[in-house]
Amino acid sequence: MELTIQAGAVLPSLEIPPITRTTLALFAGASGDHNPIHIDIDNARSAGFDDVFAHGMLSMAYLGRILTDNFSVEQIRSYRVRFAAITPVHGQPTCSAVIREVRDADGERLVVLDLTVALPDGTVTLTGEATIATS
Amino acid sequence: MTDLAALVGAERQGASLLITRSRLRLFAKATGQTDPIFVDVAAARAAGHPDLPAPPTFYFSVDLEAPDPFEWLLEAGVDLGAVLHGEQSFTYHRVAHAGDELRTSSTIVDHFTKKEGALEFVVTESRIEDTEGCPVATMRQSAVIRRAA
Repeated sequence: MELTIQAGAVLPSLEIPPITRTTLALFAGASGDHNPIHIDIDNARSAGFDDVFAHGMLSMAYLGRILTDNFSVEQIRSYRVRFAAITPVHGQPTCSAVIREVRDADGERLVVLDLTVALPDGTVTLTGEATIATS
Repeated sequence: MTDLAALVGAERQGASLLITRSRLRLFAKATGQTDPIFVDVAAARAAGHPDLPAPPTFYFSVDLEAPDPFEWLLEAGVDLGAVLHGEQSFTYHRVAHAGDELRTSSTIVDHFTKKEGALEFVVTESRIEDTEGCPVATMRQSAVIRRAA
């Protein structure tokens, strides 16, 4: 279905399967973030956590897929997030995006998106926004 | 432990990363990205890219190529287990592709506390450039340090 570019339009959400320990290991290598708190349960426990938890940047990368699923990567002008809660291993994030506004600036049409990642229990793990130039 | 507020204005060790197709494919695998533009060179070229493009958050990895990217925190006496990622932003100047070599230069630009000092925030700005010195992306990230009560 063609996305209607107007304020209030909701982009198709992205449901991520449960995050496995394998995914955390792969992401540690792929991203270069080798902080053991995400891949070594002994380290996580010594820091006071029950178990390892996902890298915040893994959720930001999942959420970034909504951007590149709907727009070309070169159209993305800015992308920012705030990490609001930890995503535990086996967490199942759902990524959502809503068009907040569409405005013209410097001959470009800019689309501003409100972004959210949440877990099935309603915990919001990440909020953010992105600006996309569509013409 | 070092007074983290005193770090504001300090330059952090930079790093460089030669983007390879295999690294981008691993990043795609780890993030569940199946869009062929990010894994298949022919699909990327058909979409107008010279090679596989870097996805929007990949630039964060450039800074992490430093031999010990968390050294600045450890040197300040911070326990890594007490550090969380607070905020992250990217401003894009151009898309980088496999084959590009990127480098970062980073400056600690802000420090503040919340919850009566229980949470300390250190904000770093990183400029990512290609080997010609042309800007590719600008990042801002905040590290949150949980202080024992």
